[in-house]
Amino acid sequence: MEATVVKTGTEGKTWGGGNEPLKASYGKMMMWFFIVSDSLTFAGFLSSYGMSRFKFIDAWPIADEVFTHFPFLHGVEAPMYYVAFMTFILIFSSVTMVLAVDAGHKMQQKKVIFYLFLTIIGGLIFLGSQAWEWNTFIKGDYGAVETHGGQIIQFLDKDGDRVALADFAAVDNGARVEQTKQLGVWYQQESEYLPTVSFEQVKEGFLANDNLLIRLPYKDEHGKHIVLGREESITKLVNDGNLVVEGANLRHNEYGHPLFADFFFFITGFHGFHVSIGVLLNIIVFFNVIIGTYERRGHYEMVEKVGLYWHFVDLVWVFVFTFFYLV
Amino acid sequence: MAHEQAHKLAIFRGNLKFKSNVSKIWGVFVVLSIITIIEVALGILRPDFLVTHKFLSLNLLNWIFILLTICKAYYITWDFMHMRDETVGLRRAAVWTGVFLIAYMVLLILIEGDYIYEVYKNGFIKFNF
Repeated sequence: MEATVVKTGTEGKTWGGGNEPLKASYGKMMMWFFIVSDSLTFAGFLSSYGMSRFKFIDAWPIADEVFTHFPFLHGVEAPMYYVAFMTFILIFSSVTMVLAVDAGHKMQQKKVIFYLFLTIIGGLIFLGSQAWEWNTFIKGDYGAVETHGGQIIQFLDKDGDRVALADFAAVDNGARVEQTKQLGVWYQQESEYLPTVSFEQVKEGFLANDNLLIRLPYKDEHGKHIVLGREESITKLVNDGNLVVEGANLRHNEYGHPLFADFFFFITGFHGFHVSIGVLLNIIVFFNVIIGTYERRGHYEMVEKVGLYWHFVDLVWVFVFTFFYLV
Repeated sequence: MAHEQAHKLAIFRGNLKFKSNVSKIWGVFVVLSIITIIEVALGILRPDFLVTHKFLSLNLLNWIFILLTICKAYYITWDFMHMRDETVGLRRAAVWTGVFLIAYMVLLILIEGDYIYEVYKNGFIKFNF
C-alpha cells in the first residue's frame, strides 16, 4: 500500500512528510473531504427545494397527505409510518456498520463479516422501500384535475374525504375511437399518455353528483387546503378545468405543484443513487473481508472508510426525511 | 494500525458514560431512535399550538423538527463517524466548513424564495423577473 510513498529521511520533522498532523490517514482524510463537498451538493438541492417551496408557500402539497401508504395495507391511511420505518432501517444499518468497524479494530474477521452482511441487507431493504414508494407516488392515488393555469384541484365529498375520479366520473359512452398505429403518424400506446377517464367524463360526473366539492391547492392560515362551496366548485371546474392528471411525473403531479414531484424524484433519487453506490462498496469490502485481504494487510481501515460513506448516506437521509416529510 | 484505539465513551457532555465502544454504539442507537419516534409522533399529531405559533416566521413545530434533526446529525457524525475521536483540527475543518457554507447558502436562498413569493402575491408584474 505504501509502495509509492517516497521516504525523504525527514520523517520526524513536522513538514518532512510521513507524519499525520490530524492523526488521520490519507484515505480517511480524503473520505472526509469528499463527504464535506458532497454534503454541500445535497445542501444545494435541499435549499433549492426550500426556495421553490417558499416561492409557492401557500400552494405546496402537504407531505402527510401525499405519502399515506404502507405496503400490504391498502386503503388504510398511514401517513409517515412507512418513511419512519425507512429511517429506522437506515439508522439500524448505520449501527451494524459501526459495529463492523469496531470489530475491525479488534481484528475479529467473523464479526466484521456478520455485521457487514446485516448492513448490506439493510441497504437493500431501504432501496426496495424507496422503489416501492416511487412506484406508489408515480401511479397516484385519487386523481385530480389540472386547470388552464396549471393549478391542481382535487375532489372531496361532503365529509371532507378524498374521492377518486373513477368513483364518480360518468361512464364512457363509447364515442371515443381508440388510436391505432394505422391512424397516427406519431403512435403511442394509449395507456402511455391517456388517463383512465377523460375530463369531460369527470365534469359530467361532478355535475351529476351533488355531494362533491373541490379542494384548491391554496392553504388557509391553519395550513389546510381551502375547500370551495358547491356553487363555486362547479364554476371552478367548468370554467378553469383543463385535463385529468393521475399520478405524478416530471410535468404533472396530481398531489399539487409539479415542482414538488420534480424535487421528490431528484432529491430522493440522488440519495437513492448514493445508497446504491454505498451498497456496492459494502459488497466489495464484504468479499474482501471474506477472502481475508484485510486480515493479511493487518488492518481493517477500508471497512472504516466505506463505513464513513455509509454513515454519510444515513446523515443525508435524516435531513431529507425532515425537509420532505416532516416540515 | 491494529492497535486498539482509545474511544471516547461518554455522551451528553460526559453525563452518560459507557463501558465499551459497542455498548456506546447501542446507546447512541437508542438516543437516535427516541428522537425519531418523537419526530414521527409530532408529525402525525401536529399539535395546533405548535403549528399556529411562530418564531422568526417559522412555526414552532418546524423549529422543533429542525433542531431534533441537527441533534440526530450530531450523534451520527460524532459517534458513528467517530468524529468524537478525531483531532480538533480535523473536526473543525470538516464541521465548520460545512456548517458555515450551508447556513449561508440556506439563508440567502430562502430569503430569495420568500421575496419571489411576495412579488407573485403583491406585485403588479407577475412573470418578468
